Amino acid sequence: MPYSEKLVDYFENPRNVGSLDEDDADVGTGTIGSPICGDVMKLQIRINGHEKIVEAKFKTFGCASAIASGSLATEWLMGRSLDEALEIKNANIAKDLELPPEKVHCSVLAEDAIRDAVNDLREKMKKAAEVTEQTAEPQPS
Amino acid sequence: MKKRIYLDNNATTPLDPRVLEAMMPYLTDKFGNAASRDHSFGWEALEAVDRAREQVAALLGAEPREIIFTSGATEGNNTVIKGLAEMYADRGRHIITQPTEHKAVIDPCRYLDKHDYRITMLGVDKYGRIDLNELRDTITDGTILVSIMHGNNEIGTLQPIAEIGKICKEKGVFFHTDVCQTFGKVPIDVQEMGIDLLTLSAHKIHGPKGVGAMYVRRKNPRVRPKPLLHGGGHERGLRSGTLNVPGIVGLGMAAELCGRDMATESKRLTGLRDRLRDGIMSGLDMIFLNGHPTERTPSNLNLAFAYVEAEALMMGFKEIAASSGSACTSASLQPSYVLRALGVDDMLAHGSIRFSLGRFNTADEIDHVIERVIAVVKEKREISPLYEMAQKGIDPRKVEWKVH
Repeated sequence: MPYSEKLVDYFENPRNVGSLDEDDADVGTGTIGSPICGDVMKLQIRINGHEKIVEAKFKTFGCASAIASGSLATEWLMGRSLDEALEIKNANIAKDLELPPEKVHCSVLAEDAIRDAVNDLREKMKKAAEVTEQTAEPQPS
Repeated sequence: MKKRIYLDNNATTPLDPRVLEAMMPYLTDKFGNAASRDHSFGWEALEAVDRAREQVAALLGAEPREIIFTSGATEGNNTVIKGLAEMYADRGRHIITQPTEHKAVIDPCRYLDKHDYRITMLGVDKYGRIDLNELRDTITDGTILVSIMHGNNEIGTLQPIAEIGKICKEKGVFFHTDVCQTFGKVPIDVQEMGIDLLTLSAHKIHGPKGVGAMYVRRKNPRVRPKPLLHGGGHERGLRSGTLNVPGIVGLGMAAELCGRDMATESKRLTGLRDRLRDGIMSGLDMIFLNGHPTERTPSNLNLAFAYVEAEALMMGFKEIAASSGSACTSASLQPSYVLRALGVDDMLAHGSIRFSLGRFNTADEIDHVIERVIAVVKEKREISPLYEMAQKGIDPRKVEWKVH
């Protein structure tokens, strides 16, 4: 078996599989990869009022390493702020799962999906803030 | 781990105990060198080699002296392609083959391409079959060799070998076919099929690894490739090196066993293959067959499982040994070049698995495999974002992806 026990565990019993509603204001969605390359990861996060991640879900089309990387990433995301979420690097995931060299790109996929999800959520928050500002302006009488 | 099931017989096969039994004396008491003409140790070794030569020739409709033993099909293919190119360079420097050949044919051709030979890759249709008209039109005065395999190792598709042989004969070019996947499984006759050179290997037919054979035609026309290995002049000077007597004996016995009940065994394997296909397809939607629906080797089933990736599936049913030429096992993430040549969609190529059957597979095993494959595909589809999209009516092929 070329894979570590931990990788096999996260592949066979993936944590946090699922989907959140993309349209929710407190949900950020990242989708990275392509079916042409053979791996696609969708990663979603939900934050609470204090901007801590309270929920993380993923789905992966890809090999065992890609599935395990996505699953591990969702676990690590829980309780982090968005800035802290961006501190998760592919190298940490690759090391923790003992990914073989040819599978390191799977952990890159997870890092990119996190960044994509955080960016998506920040865009949403920015837009929401703009809308609030506009509506908060006093109306000319 | 639960009892393992081996469905990777197109990669290699377990040795048949009867083959091992035939080989044993030549690994122990009868250890002689077949080239030792001065004593009985050599004579008995030579006798065994001659018998194996007859056993292999009988399955090909060839004369025993047209059989040259090698270390396997890679050596055979290299000898045929490079040896012929060198021998007949003054006649022409053009070779025709196809993109779905084994690497042991493609890479020697690439090598020649870098040494002032011209290689033409014929097109293949969606089943992996060449177009005979294209072949006819591609042969020129400078063409020396056409190399087209009989049965494909990944997708099982059979080529119309007899028709190809006929065209080559009409045009006066040599015809080579790699029969690793069909030797002993599908009838082959070098006369009827117009084959000038043929390569095969023992370990695909429950024989030992490290031994194979070439058929090299001696008349109408006489073919004379230059040898790859120079030395003691064994095997009519075409392949120097002390003969692997136990291996050769094993190849001979394996060939004889295949020949004995080829018709019934072929029917049995085809039955198991179709049982596996129908069983999986009746339990799942969006499953596609790779390769030709009917013109395929009895042992090969190659299925594409939409929305899931092949390596993840095989890790899911670990007790079942199958193969995926398409898994992202390399950093390049390239799916199988064979499926690519057929124009198989990339997502499907990444989700393709080859199940290949052999002599020791049973119907019970097939039923277990059906059950497990269906369960694991369902499980992996549940965690696939592509499947989720498809459920929502989105075609993953039409999405703009952010490639990482």
